[in-house]
Formats: sequence, structure tokens, C-alpha cells
Amino acid sequence: MSQVKTKSSFGVAQLILFLSIAVLVVVVAFPVLLILFNAFWVEDHFNFDGAIMILQQPATYQALKNSLIIAAMSTIGSTIVGTFFAWLVTRTDLPHKKFMKAMFLVPFMLPSFIGAMAWKMLLSPNAGFINQFFMQHLGFTGPVFNIYSYLGISLVEVMYLFPFVFIQVCGALERMDPTLEESARISGAGLFTITRKITIPLVLPSILSGALLIMLYSMAHFGTVAVLGIENGIYNIPTLIYERIHQSGGSFDAIRTGTVLATVLVISAALIIWAQRKILGSGHYQIIGGKSFRPMELKLRGLRMPMMIFCFLYIGFTILLPTVVIFLVGSLKTYGLSFSPENLSLDNFKFILFEYAVTRDAIVNSVTLGFTAAIITMFAGVMISYVIVKMKVRGKGILEFLGMLPFSVPGSVIALGVILAWSGQFGVNFYNTVWIILLAYIARYMAFSLKANSAALEQVHDSLVEASRACGATMWQSLKDIVLPLVKPGMLAAFFLIFLPSLRELTVSIMLYAPTTRTIGVAIYTLNEDGETVISAALAAIALIIIVIGQFIINHFSKKAGV
Amino acid sequence: MSYVRLVNVTKRFGDVTAVDNLNYEIGKGECFSMLGPSGCGKTTTLRMVAGFEDLSDGEVWVGDRLLSSPKKNHYVPPEKRNFGMVFQAFAVWPHLSVYENVAFPLRIRKLDEKEIDQRTMDALKATNLVKAKDESPDFLSGGGKQRVALARALAINPDVMLLDEPLSSLDPHLREEMRFEIKDLQQKYGFSIIYVTHDQSEAMALSDRILVMKLGVVQQIDTPLNIYNNPANKFVFSFIGLSNFLSVKNDGSLVLPNHEGNIPQSFTLPERLVGEADLSLASRPSEIDFTTMEDPEGLHGVVTRKAFLGEIVDYQIKIGDQFMRVQKSRRDKGPEPGENCALHLLRPFWYAENE
Repeated sequence: MSQVKTKSSFGVAQLILFLSIAVLVVVVAFPVLLILFNAFWVEDHFNFDGAIMILQQPATYQALKNSLIIAAMSTIGSTIVGTFFAWLVTRTDLPHKKFMKAMFLVPFMLPSFIGAMAWKMLLSPNAGFINQFFMQHLGFTGPVFNIYSYLGISLVEVMYLFPFVFIQVCGALERMDPTLEESARISGAGLFTITRKITIPLVLPSILSGALLIMLYSMAHFGTVAVLGIENGIYNIPTLIYERIHQSGGSFDAIRTGTVLATVLVISAALIIWAQRKILGSGHYQIIGGKSFRPMELKLRGLRMPMMIFCFLYIGFTILLPTVVIFLVGSLKTYGLSFSPENLSLDNFKFILFEYAVTRDAIVNSVTLGFTAAIITMFAGVMISYVIVKMKVRGKGILEFLGMLPFSVPGSVIALGVILAWSGQFGVNFYNTVWIILLAYIARYMAFSLKANSAALEQVHDSLVEASRACGATMWQSLKDIVLPLVKPGMLAAFFLIFLPSLRELTVSIMLYAPTTRTIGVAIYTLNEDGETVISAALAAIALIIIVIGQFIINHFSKKAGV
Repeated sequence: MSYVRLVNVTKRFGDVTAVDNLNYEIGKGECFSMLGPSGCGKTTTLRMVAGFEDLSDGEVWVGDRLLSSPKKNHYVPPEKRNFGMVFQAFAVWPHLSVYENVAFPLRIRKLDEKEIDQRTMDALKATNLVKAKDESPDFLSGGGKQRVALARALAINPDVMLLDEPLSSLDPHLREEMRFEIKDLQQKYGFSIIYVTHDQSEAMALSDRILVMKLGVVQQIDTPLNIYNNPANKFVFSFIGLSNFLSVKNDGSLVLPNHEGNIPQSFTLPERLVGEADLSLASRPSEIDFTTMEDPEGLHGVVTRKAFLGEIVDYQIKIGDQFMRVQKSRRDKGPEPGENCALHLLRPFWYAENE
């Protein structure tokens, strides 16, 4: 008998592991380490007090407080709204439930800073359309609502963030064994008691996990606060980092303040992720049932129509109205004119698509950056996930730890990190080029790719590969003919999960752009800041169209692929 | 004395009639099983009794209390019916301790703390759960969870216990054990049981009476013994116990297709089937003896397989172009594969082929 080569793939395995570690180190770990290093290492010695002193400065302290206030308000608001709507569409006899459910997911794909712009146009204290209407026609002496406030910012964030809770709670309620509730009912409990004592406690882990996601997102969120807060002097951590770096042109003080603030973000993100894992790990009950009867529906009776009208009003007010405003303003000849037919035209759209170099370049930049980042991140994600999920190789622990990093590093931290890493100090200078944005995108979206790909890989049971090896295929043939076709849907999902959000990316790009490397998000934001409101709105409208078309293509593909 | 009464109970889902004009009465303390294949309407019927499904027509009574009647626009919601119910998937609440699960219906009824504690502990004792009372039911085995569900249903001291395939999520050996535990609890507490199952041995072991159902229509209601001994029709015969069916043609005399050899002389049709051309001869594998080739009551065939199943030996016999199973004790000496043999059917039943 010929000798069996047991360790034929040993070298290859080591190589793949090394490559995977290298990718994560270069793209994520190194920039983050540089931030921590710069925050605590001053003039050749460790300096913790200095970092504390920076946090005690009034402006930074205020930004910390603001981030917390806004995150807390948005999280509480979104959790209530998301849980309520989830309960309404899964557990009651509300009419048009399917349509409502689809509509409540729409804010997921809309960029919140575009929404914030729309709300600024509607509710800014003096010029907002709604405030003006009340003052001019209904005799109000002051604005009805000032969007430039903690409440205003938080409400706008709630509109765009509540789907995180909504989708989690909907899923939990739909999968929950209905007999858990029926057995409470036969025990004598009424529907209100059941909801309070059985249903809500059972889906509480899902509610909390969604709430923590929102907290994480809101703490590190740039767009809404930048559009609505800065006007009134409300800064949160990401907007303050941006402001400092942007104004000082990268002075030592600004960088140091930035790194200290970023460190706070990294630590709070790590805490949130840790809490979320703990909740999902230990507190998640086995509530998925065997026999699936239709879950009982609460008959809303007299409230049925009012609830339906309420939902339609909510959808109309939070989704339709801002979108319509963006399109209308984008069609105006000059900002300030009334929305009468003679003031509206398609000229702005023609201008930004064919004539204006800034916007044309921005669209090209975003599409190429998004596409390239999606392709690279997709393949890197498959490789890393494969090592983590499937391979048994020494040193995997390091990779598992590194693989957690992308999930807990917020966008503004990544942006600051790549500035520190790739603007010349280490022999490579990408500053002011598209490459630095590309690197930042890869780091930012690596988490999506790892998630989608490891989920797909976990579905591929080891025995499938073993069966293929038993049939005589080599390791590489098995990978190519068995594993790859089975994880293709996951890879495709990863690609779109990266490509679409990158088209509307703002948090990272705004820190890294140069005059020729604006992205769509940056162009919309800067044009709006410069007072080019109609051009900015027109570009935002185009972005919305691209995003919606992209989403349709995804839905089409994922239906076909059965993802 | 009848206690639970179903009168003309009917359930329609769109054009499909899931339960068609069901009538039965259950006595106090009786154990009544509804048996049938999945989709026969047994669970729907139970859920109508519980109040989770509306009736399309008919009435449900308990004692002199009307629970459901669409005609009279009368409906008592499940929480007001005072039933105990146990579900297939256990449905115990993982966020409450075993004790709190059982105490839940008592707390809902706002009893005073002392009584809640006493009745909860009684129910836990009856189901051997006292040791586990402070644990989450998530840490219990399937049997443990089902005991919690039983204790919870017992705690309110219900007059009627509704059991919806309570044992089918359990391991086979646990199933037999729990079956007798349920029976013991019933004898101790004296409640009536409506028991839904697709497992005929479960129904046989537990029930005073069994209802066999097919496609929403009652086939037979009787004691387990009578159902086994006198099945009302071919479906009931096939659903209860092991069964053989042979197609027989009737053109004046009885003929088995492609069969050469003896047909028992005593084969005569019951009155109701005399004109029928296509018949079905039903028998149970355990109610067949081997006899001599010369016996005029012998049905001739060839042994095609002989399988040793432990206490039982299972034969497959080819008769014409059809097959029959015969089961004998391993202590009886039987023919070997390939040999000709003659069968004596101890209790043949005749049905129309397309009944």
C-alpha cells in the first residue's frame, strides 16, 4: 500500500491562516492600535491623566454627554416604536399587515442623513416649510417644533433606527410557539395579562439585543447630528472628531483629542457588543415550537381602523413626506421659491448628472469604490470565515479574536485610524487619495462579510466535504465543486450588503475625502453645508433612486438564489 | 351521565370542511380519545372545545353551561372555560421557574397566597416535581417538561382535561411511563379527559371510549375492545392494529386473482355485500393459524419471507399475486420460505373494495 499523506495541506493551511491574520491586522487591528497608542502615549511615555484631562475639557465632555443623551433617547424611542409595530403586525388583526411590514422595513435602506436634510427643510425653526405654514397661515407667533434640538435629532434617528428592533422582535414573535400563549390563556389569563407576563418576557432578549444595536449605532452616528446638531452647537463624539480634524488640518492637538474620543467609542462599543452577546447567549429561550398553528390574533375591534390610520399616517409622515420633500426641493429652480409647477423642472438633475463635475465625479467615485470594496471584502471574508468556521489549525484563536474586531469598531474610529496609519508615518502615504477611502470601506464592512459568509459556511456540514473526499475528490476539488457552490448565496449576500450601504456612506468618507475624491454622501453633505440646497437635494434624490433600484435587484436575486 | 356534549359541531376553513357534524357526549370522569391520521380534524375539534377555534356550526356544552354556539352568537373565551390543557410541544414558560409555571393559573385567579402555595405544592407532589421546583423548566428533560405542563393543568383542579398529543414529543420508553402516570392522576383527581392522538396503542391503553375520525367524519365511537373486535368499516380496521387486505372478485362465486388452490369453504359474504363485485378480505396477522394442506378451511399460498422478530416470527405469504402477513409465536413451528402452506383465517372480515 502506498503511504498516505496525512499532512499534505499543512503548508497551505498555515498560509491561509497567515493571510487571513494579515488582512485583519493591516485593515483593522493596526489602525485601531494606533488610535489607542496615540491616545495614551505622549512624548515617549504612557500618559493616562492626559487623556482624562482631554475628556474634562468642556467641549469634549459636552460631546460625550450629547452622544449619551442622543443615544439613550433614540434607543428608548426606537425600542418602543419597533416593539409596538412588531407586535401590531404579528399579533393583531390589523388590516394590510403585509404591506405595513414591508413599509416599516423601508427606513433600513434610506440614508438617515438624507432624512435629516429633509426634516431640516421641513422643521428648521424659521425656514422650515411646516413651521412657516403654521406661522403664516395659522397665526402661530413662533415655530411649532425646532428640529435643531436633542428631541429633534433623537426623533429623526428613531425614524431610521427602529427597524433594528422591529425586525428582531417580528422574527421572535413569528417563530414563537403559539401554544406558549395558548397555555396561558387556558390557564385563565386574558390577552393583556398574556402580553405582559408571557409574550413580552419571552421576546425580551430580542428586544434588548435590537436596542443595543441601536445604541451602538447611535453613539457613533455622524450624519443626523452633523446635519441637525451643529447649527445649534450640539456635537456628539463623531461630529466633534470630524470638526477638530477638519478645522485644524490634522494638528497634533486635534489628532490627540480625536484619538481619545475614538477610544471612548471603541470601549463603549466593546461593552455594548459584550452585553449583546451575553443576552443572546444565556438569556435566549428555546421558544420555537413544533406544531405550528396560526398564532392567536388579538382582535382590535373598535381600534382596528384607528390603528390602521395611525400606521398609514406614520408611514406617510416618516417615509413618504421626507422623500417627497427631497424630490420637490431637488426640482426647484432656487431654494425659497414655492412648489408651483412653473418653479419645478428636471434641470437640476440634468445638471448634476451631465454637467457638474463635482457631482458626476462623486457618483463615479462611489460606484467604483463600493464595487471594489465589496469584491475585495467578499473574498477576504470568505477566506477568513472559512478558517474560523471550518479549519482546524493552530493559531486560529488569534484569528477568532481579530475577527471580532470589525464588529466593534465604529466608522469614525476607522477613519481616524486609517489617517494615522496611512498618511506617511509608516512609509505609505495614501492621504487624499481614493485608496485610503477604499481601505476604510474594507475595514468598515468586513463585519458584514464575515457574518454572511460564516452563516453560509456553518450550513455546509463537514460530512459533505468528507463524502466528496470519500468519492475520490481532492481537497481543492471538494472546495471548488461542493463548498463554493453552497456558499455562493452567502457571498452574493455579502457583496450586496457592502455595495449598497457604501453608495450612501458618509461617516468614513467625510473624514477622508479630498477635492477629487468626494463620494455621493460627501457631495450631498458638503453641497448642503455650502448652501447649495437644491443641487444637494437633487443629488440626494438620485442617490435614493439608485438605492431603491439596487434593493430591487437584490430582492430579485435573493429570491432566485433562495437566500 | 353525559358531562361534555358536542352537538352537530362543524368547522369549515373556506371550502374545506375540517370537521363535519360531530356529535358525542362524554361522561364525568371518563377518558375519551379522538384517534385518527394527521389532518383528520381531531386537533381542530379539541381546539374548538378549548375555545381557540370558532365553530362554524353546532354547540359545545359542559354540564349545563353553553360554551360555544355560533347560532346563538354565544362564545366563552378559553380563559373563562376552566379547562386544563396539555400541548404537544410542552408549552412551559422558560422565563418562569417550575413552581411559578404551576402557580400561574392560580395567581390569575387571585387566590390567597396560602392556597396558591398549597395547591401548587400538591400538584408538584402529584407529578414528582418538588425537587425541581425552583429550576427553569428549560433544564428539565422532555418528560420533566411534560410533567410541569400536567402539574400546571392540574393546579386549577379542572373538571375536564384536554390533552393534545401530549406524549408524541417524548422518547418511546418515556411515552409508556407517562401514559400510566396520566391514568393514575385521572383516577386520583377524577377529571374527564379528552385525549387527541394518532397513536392507536396510546388510545387503547388510556381510554374508556375511542372515537375514530377520518377527514372530519366520525367513523366509529366505542370501547377499545369493541373497536378492535368489531371495526365499523375498512378504515377503522386498517387504522387499529396490524391488518391484511386481500382483493377478492365476486362473479357469483368468490375468486382470488391468479390464485390456484383451495379457497376456504366457509367464505360467505354478509348480507349487505351480496351484490358487490369487488371485495376486500380483511384479517389480522395475529389471528391466522397454519393448517394442513388438506383442511377445507385452508387458504393456500407460498411462504416468501420469514423474519425472526424476537418473541414473534413474521411470515410473508404469497396468495395469487397478493401478499399477507402472518405473525406467530416463536414457539410455534411454522413453514420455511419456499414451502407451500395453508392458512386458517380465524376472524375474516368482509368489506367492499372501494368503501
